[in-house]
Amino acid sequence: MSKHRIELRAAPHQHSGHSVPTIMRNVVYSLLPICGFSVWQYGLSALALLLTVTATCLATERLLNRNANTLGDWSAVITGVLLGLTLPPAFPLWMAIVAGFVAIAIGKAMFGGLGHNPFNPALVGRAFVQAAFPVAITTWVPAFSANRFSEFVPTTFTAPLMIPPDIVGWVKQQGVDAFTGATPLARWKFENVTASAHDLLTGAVTASAGETSALLILACGAYLAIRKFMDWRIPVAVLGSAALTAWAFQLVDPTHYPAPIFVMLSGGLMLGAIYMATDMATSPVTPVGVWIYGGIIGVMTVIIRYFGGLTEGVMYAILLGNALTPLIDRYTQPRVYGTGNKEQP
Amino acid sequence: MRLPFFNRTPTFDHGIHPVYHKETGHLPIRRFPFAPKLYVSLEQHIGKPAIAIVRVGQEVLRGEIIAKPDGLFSLPIHAPATGIVEALEPMPSDNGEMEMCIVIRVYEADTQEVQMRYPHDLEALRGRELALVMQEIGVAGKGGATFPTHAKLIPPAGKQIETIIVNGVECEPFLTCDHRLMLERANDVMTGIKYARRVCGAPHAIIAVEDNKMDAVAALEAALPADGSVSVKVVATKYPQGAAETLIKALLGREVPAGKRSSAVGVVMNNVMTLAYIGRLLPLGEGMTERVITIAGPSVERPGNYIVPIGTPLRYLLEYVGARSTANEIILGGPMMGTTIPSVDVPITKGVCGVLAFGKKDAVPPQIYPCIHCGECVNACPKQLNPTQLGMLAAKREYDVMAEQFMLGECFECGCCSYVCPSHIPLVQQFRVAKYFLKNREKVT
Repeated sequence: MSKHRIELRAAPHQHSGHSVPTIMRNVVYSLLPICGFSVWQYGLSALALLLTVTATCLATERLLNRNANTLGDWSAVITGVLLGLTLPPAFPLWMAIVAGFVAIAIGKAMFGGLGHNPFNPALVGRAFVQAAFPVAITTWVPAFSANRFSEFVPTTFTAPLMIPPDIVGWVKQQGVDAFTGATPLARWKFENVTASAHDLLTGAVTASAGETSALLILACGAYLAIRKFMDWRIPVAVLGSAALTAWAFQLVDPTHYPAPIFVMLSGGLMLGAIYMATDMATSPVTPVGVWIYGGIIGVMTVIIRYFGGLTEGVMYAILLGNALTPLIDRYTQPRVYGTGNKEQP
Repeated sequence: MRLPFFNRTPTFDHGIHPVYHKETGHLPIRRFPFAPKLYVSLEQHIGKPAIAIVRVGQEVLRGEIIAKPDGLFSLPIHAPATGIVEALEPMPSDNGEMEMCIVIRVYEADTQEVQMRYPHDLEALRGRELALVMQEIGVAGKGGATFPTHAKLIPPAGKQIETIIVNGVECEPFLTCDHRLMLERANDVMTGIKYARRVCGAPHAIIAVEDNKMDAVAALEAALPADGSVSVKVVATKYPQGAAETLIKALLGREVPAGKRSSAVGVVMNNVMTLAYIGRLLPLGEGMTERVITIAGPSVERPGNYIVPIGTPLRYLLEYVGARSTANEIILGGPMMGTTIPSVDVPITKGVCGVLAFGKKDAVPPQIYPCIHCGECVNACPKQLNPTQLGMLAAKREYDVMAEQFMLGECFECGCCSYVCPSHIPLVQQFRVAKYFLKNREKVT
C-alpha cells in the first residue's frame, strides 16, 4: 500500500458526463437533417452557401482567438450552420462571407467569446447583411428546379462587392410552376393569401435555405429536447405566445389576420424558436425567466410581422429578447428554499 | 398501477440522478479483523474533543472508556479492542489536520469480546436524564456529520418535537451500509427509535427509505411496533434526497426556514444507523467500538459491507479488501460529498460511512470552459439557489455579495451544480472556499 500515489480532489468525485463540446456537437448533428433537406431542395447553391458560411465562421473564430484554439468547443460550427440556414439559398457567397465574419467577430469574439456574447451571433450576422444587402436577402429561388445539382444559381458567384445579377429570367427558364418569388409571409402581407399548413409543414414553400419544412425542424428539435441538450420550455413559450397573440388578433378581425397555425409554421419562427432563441448564452437561466423570455419573443414576432415594415420579425424579436435577458434574470431570481411565503408550515 | 402525474412518490424539487452503483447492496454485512494497531482519534464528533484518561503502557479492555467527554456537546471514547496503550500521538485525518489519537496495540491471542459495559436501568428514565445515559455509549451521527446524538435529541428550549425522521434514504452512490443494516437489524432500529422518542418526546416517527430499497422497506414494516406510532415512508430515488432539508420537504411538504434547524418545524432527524446502534448498545450499556462501513469502488477487489473496529488504519483496511495498486483516489464517504484522504494512515472514525477507492486514469482534470448559461445548475440545486450567478461572483471573489444577495449560506454543498456543469466549472468547490473565507475572514486576510 505504501506505493500508492493518492491524489487530493475536492468533492463531488462524479460528473454527469455532459460537456460543452458534447452539447454543441449534438446541436450540430441535429442540424444535419435540416441541412440535407435544404441541399436536396436547392441543390449546389445551398450546399455552397452552407459550407462557405461555416468555413468563414470557423476561420474567423480561429483568427480572433490566437492564444487559444476554441474550435474544439464546436460553437462556431453551430453559428455558421444556423446562419447559413437563415439566408436565402441563392445568397451571393461574398455576402455570405461578410455575414459569417460579422457573426463571429462582432457577435461573439468582440465580447469575449463563448458564453460572453449578449446576442445570438448568427442573428447578429444576419441582421447585418439584412441591413446591408436588402435586395439580395429577399431574392428567392424556386425549390426542386430540374438541374439544381448541375448548375449554380447565377447570383451565387457574384463578384465580391458587386450587385448580384437579376435572376427573373433565369427563374422563368427553370419552369417550376406556381413559383411567385415571394415568401408565404410576404404573400399574406401584400396579397392576403395564406399558405396551407400542409405546405408549411413539408417545406413546399419559398423560404430561406433551412426554414422551409417546419415538421423537420420540429423533429430535430425534439431530438435535442429529449437528449436534454436544449431547454424545451423556450420553444414552447415562443410558439405558444405567438399562437396566443395571433389567435387574439384573429378574434378581433378574422378577415385580415391569419390563423395561429399559419403564424406558427411560416417564416423563420420554427427555426428561430428551436435553434436561435434557445442559445444558452443569450437566454435566461431562471425557471420563471425562461417563460417570460419566450413569451416576449413570441409576442414581438407577431407584432413586427403585423405592424412592421418587414414581412418577418423573428430575428429582431429574438435579438430583443437577448437584450432583455440580463434584466429578466435579475428580476426572476428563484425563491430559495426556506424563504418567502412557503417557509411557515 | 401508478398514473404518471398523480400519486407520485414523494420527493423534493430539482436534484440529480447519478449512476447509483449500489452493487454491494446484496452482500451481507461481514466482520472485519482487528488490525495489529488501532489509532483511536479523540476528535470523532463535532464539538469539543474527548479527554484521554489512559496513560501509555496501560492495559485496556474492549469496551472500556479511554477518553471522557468534555461537556454536553462531546462524547466519550471506548477502547475498540483489548490491548495495551502504546502511545498518544497525532495522526493524519481526513480534513488534512493532525488529530490526537490513542494508539492501542491489540492482543493477538485475545478473543476480543466486549469486556466492559456500563448498564443502567433505562425504564424509569426520560428526557434529559436518558440523554445523559445515552451520552455514555458515545454515539455520534453516522451519516457523516457526527453530531453527538444525545445532544441532538434534546429539544431546544421552548420547542416541541413532533416527529423523529429516521433517515434511511442513503442517496449517495456506492454506499449500501444503511441498506444492509435496515435489512439485517430492523429490530435494533425499532429499539433505537423507542429510546430516541423517550428523549425528545416526539409522538411520531417516520422511517424514510428510497424506492430502490424496497426489500429494506419490507424488513422494516415487518418489525414495526403494533401501536402505529412509527411508519415507513417510501421516497423517490434522487440525489440529495437524504439531506435534512430535502427529506423534510418530501415527507412533510414543509420547508425549514432559512438559517434555522430542523427543530424549527418540529422535526429531529437521525440517520438509521445511528438509531440502530443506539438500539443495540444502549440496553447493554455498551460503548461504540465498531461500525458498519461500505467499502467499494472500481479499484476494490472484494467490495462489501464490513463491521470495522473504530481506529482501523486505512492502510490495513485497503490491503484486506484488496485495493489495487492503481487506486489513486481514496474517498471517505460517498462520491458526491466525501473527502479524499491525504494519507493512507488516516484511521476509521465514527463518522465514516464508506471507503471508496478509484483508480482514475486521467490525472489531468477536464478542460474548464466558460459558463454558457445553460442553467443546468439552477435546475439541479435542491435549495433553489442560483449557482450560475454565485459562480460568476465567486470567480470575481465577490464573496460578500454572494452571501448577502444570493444566500450562499443556504448552500449545503451537495455538489449537484458541479455534477451537472457541462463547462466543468468547480462551482461547489468555489462556494466552499467562499464560505470558508467568510467564516474565517480574520484568519485568511
